[in-house]
Amino acid sequence: MQTRRQMLFTVGLSAAGALLVGCNLLNDGKPAAPVRRKAPPAGTPLGDFVAIGRDGSVRLFAKNPEIGQGSKTLLPMLIAEELDVAWDAVFVEFAAVDAKRFGPQFAGGSMMTPMNWEPMRQVGAAARALLVSAAAGRLKVEPSTLRTEAGHVIDASGKKIPYGELVAEAAKLPPPDVKSLTLKPKSAYRILGKPKAGVDTDAIVHGDPLFGIDTEVEGLRYAVYVKAPVYGAPLVSADLAAAKAMPGVEEVFALEGVAPPKDGQIGLAPGLAPGVAIVGRNWWQVNRAREALNAKWADGFGAQHDTGIYAARAAELLKGRGKPHERIGNVDAALGQAARTVVAVYDAPFIPHLTLEPQNCTARPTAKGLEIWAPTQFPQDGQAVVAQTLGLKPDQVTVHMRRCGGGFGRRIMNDYMVEAAAIARHVKGPVKLLWSREDDVAFDYFRPGNTHRLRAGIDADGKVIAYDVHGVSYSRGGKLVDGGELFLNAQPPFLVPNYRLEKSLIETIVPTGWVRAPISNTLSFVHECFWDELAAAAGKDPLAFRLEHMKARFDSPVSKPGPEGAPFDVRRMAAVLELVGKRSGWGAAKRPAGTGMGIATYFSHLGYFAEVAQVKVAADGAWRVEKVWVVGDCGSIILNPSGANAQVQGAVLDGISQLRQEIRFEKGRAVQTNFDAVPMLRHSAAPEVDVHFHLTDHPPTGLGEPALPPIIPAVVNAVYDATGARVRTLPLTAERIQAARTTRAA
Amino acid sequence: MVKLLVNGTLREVDVPGEMPLLWVLRDEIGLKGTKFGCGIAQCGACTVHVGGQPVRSCSTPVSSVGDKPVVTIEGLSALEPGSAIQEAWAKLDVAQCGYCQAGQMMSAAGLLAATPKPSDAEILAAMDGNLCRCATYPRIRAAIRLAAGLDSDGREG
Repeated sequence: MQTRRQMLFTVGLSAAGALLVGCNLLNDGKPAAPVRRKAPPAGTPLGDFVAIGRDGSVRLFAKNPEIGQGSKTLLPMLIAEELDVAWDAVFVEFAAVDAKRFGPQFAGGSMMTPMNWEPMRQVGAAARALLVSAAAGRLKVEPSTLRTEAGHVIDASGKKIPYGELVAEAAKLPPPDVKSLTLKPKSAYRILGKPKAGVDTDAIVHGDPLFGIDTEVEGLRYAVYVKAPVYGAPLVSADLAAAKAMPGVEEVFALEGVAPPKDGQIGLAPGLAPGVAIVGRNWWQVNRAREALNAKWADGFGAQHDTGIYAARAAELLKGRGKPHERIGNVDAALGQAARTVVAVYDAPFIPHLTLEPQNCTARPTAKGLEIWAPTQFPQDGQAVVAQTLGLKPDQVTVHMRRCGGGFGRRIMNDYMVEAAAIARHVKGPVKLLWSREDDVAFDYFRPGNTHRLRAGIDADGKVIAYDVHGVSYSRGGKLVDGGELFLNAQPPFLVPNYRLEKSLIETIVPTGWVRAPISNTLSFVHECFWDELAAAAGKDPLAFRLEHMKARFDSPVSKPGPEGAPFDVRRMAAVLELVGKRSGWGAAKRPAGTGMGIATYFSHLGYFAEVAQVKVAADGAWRVEKVWVVGDCGSIILNPSGANAQVQGAVLDGISQLRQEIRFEKGRAVQTNFDAVPMLRHSAAPEVDVHFHLTDHPPTGLGEPALPPIIPAVVNAVYDATGARVRTLPLTAERIQAARTTRAA
Repeated sequence: MVKLLVNGTLREVDVPGEMPLLWVLRDEIGLKGTKFGCGIAQCGACTVHVGGQPVRSCSTPVSSVGDKPVVTIEGLSALEPGSAIQEAWAKLDVAQCGYCQAGQMMSAAGLLAATPKPSDAEILAAMDGNLCRCATYPRIRAAIRLAAGLDSDGREG
């Protein structure tokens, strides 16, 4: 048996790079095991996204990067639905990176669904219209007398013509006017709304080379790029000869840094940091040679950049006033009239991205310029920033998308792409740059921390009438850092008549960026925990308190577009809040001592989410989440229920993981640099997550992020419910819980 | 020269004995299915079987392997119950980004080989060394139960 299986396997492996997957749907609602198949013939293109073979095979091109959010499956599902082909017949490939043909190509902001929901269906419908026209011409009938199903055009008599027989003719017809296309009603869907397994599933379970790190090209060598642990510090000295003498090392050289473009955002990467490249035939050997390098850096400018110094500076700033930022009504007057005033300071730390696949990139010099294979969330930007930094024209740089071993916002930045390109140009040959895990953490674009002083006034009826915020964030080079915005997208400003936000900034040298549900992943903690405090101060149940404030806005329920550009509809939030209460048995069950339930809501990335966490806190402060209930409203249809559930579960568990994470800085450098010091949620700490989607009559929106923000305050609020301890500083440690218990007792 | 039996094939590689098995597999033999995550045996992405036991190949010097057979994700189909694990993983659409799943599946294969009908606690104990950044944990556990014939409904938890 072993021999036969191994032989079958070897046959499969030989074509591994070209293996693609088709998916079936089981009647039980679970995606069926994919069938291992080879890629079909290239087929005849019908536009840029669709090619159909004479054999009826359908090749669809997925235009956006795949970081685990399911784009490579969902985008083709949208096309296939309107093209009217069987999902089994579909083979998926990444599209080329080409804005002219494919428009914006990126993974970020949970924007794949809202941006592509209509255009990708139009792509499918346009290709279908060409096939129908071709059939109409052949049959000499009006196109309106024809229908389509599962890759066939069918005439009024029931005669079926396979797409494969029509495609050559269809390809010669002019493309239809988008306005002439009629999209299917939801009731006619055969693919959308049904669970589909990821199109790379088969390759993943067989270990086929798929990811950036797996890229192989002829004559490839491996590289590490040694940089100062204080970001951007120039090299003072390094023993290049000693490193070169190490086994397996072939070339060692220093590269001068290239400053980032001064104005605007041509590329989100900061030029090229100075460093030393070590190149050889085996990555482990080149990585080991860094010790021999004994590099020294002019990194003294990092001395004042220290987590403790930042905390002291934030405390100092919060004693005074900040710069006015947003204002509604008259906060001071309302505070003067309040029956009760509540004041609290909340503090959120810097955290890392920790994609499990460390940053890497393969680059090869070509006659034209450069060819690059990268796991990136932003390939078009990578092309631009590589060209700009290395003095090339964008069309001299060809970028190929590779599957990303996680993204979480880290791969929006293409710094590793620039490094690989610079090293490959220097050695005049193909190079795969791979960061060690320590590189990956030390040179992250961290989620910046922030500190907030909050002051609220509650009237005699328990209604919040004033909400006063002073937030401390960070600047770099005098400009607010990426991911450091403090605006509130909806709540509480929309719910409180008098609101003020003031802002102060601490200058930092630490690179920052966007981590899954950026901005929201700290602000949900700050404001939804404080809102819980206000419920307690008003003597009300946290769910009922939230609902009362929401219902008070039902006469004028939709906000003006906020900083995210999206109006907020408080009725949608109230509905998911009520539902999560019902599903979780909120307020009903008596819980054992030490077990608490917490609730929170948050609107981000166009999604409305309400979540309840049940948390057990031991006598020593150790905590674990036992169960989570989620209700989300992201529109009228869940396009791929398998992927959607996975995204919500993953986002919630990611939030629980974040609750234990912090990167601290000393002398400008990250202190923790690997998984032994940065905890990540493990199997044993991952609770069951109950996911429910509340369908409403709105266009479908994205799910990569919006389920994350509420879980953080829901857990912290559950700790309060369990113990009476208000923890206002993350990470949520046993020590902080114990300290808060003591404070309360005192 | 170091001799290795990898997925049933004898390989000879010219590497120092201290080189971790992971880099022999990836950069010398060209089997890219086994993944690098941390280099310090904290994440489990590099899990392979040596002599039938799951090990972290990033921290296993190749000299320590000797004549014990090595099985990687590319050879999982040939193991008992490798195909059942692959089918369960596919059926439940476990992977999100998919990067950790080779290691998860190799750990699961080690568990089911030793304990064909594991309890939930045994599953957690065997799998706790394998990080999943996308947190596909509920589906991984469901897939292990499915592969073990313990649970056919895909209960996630």
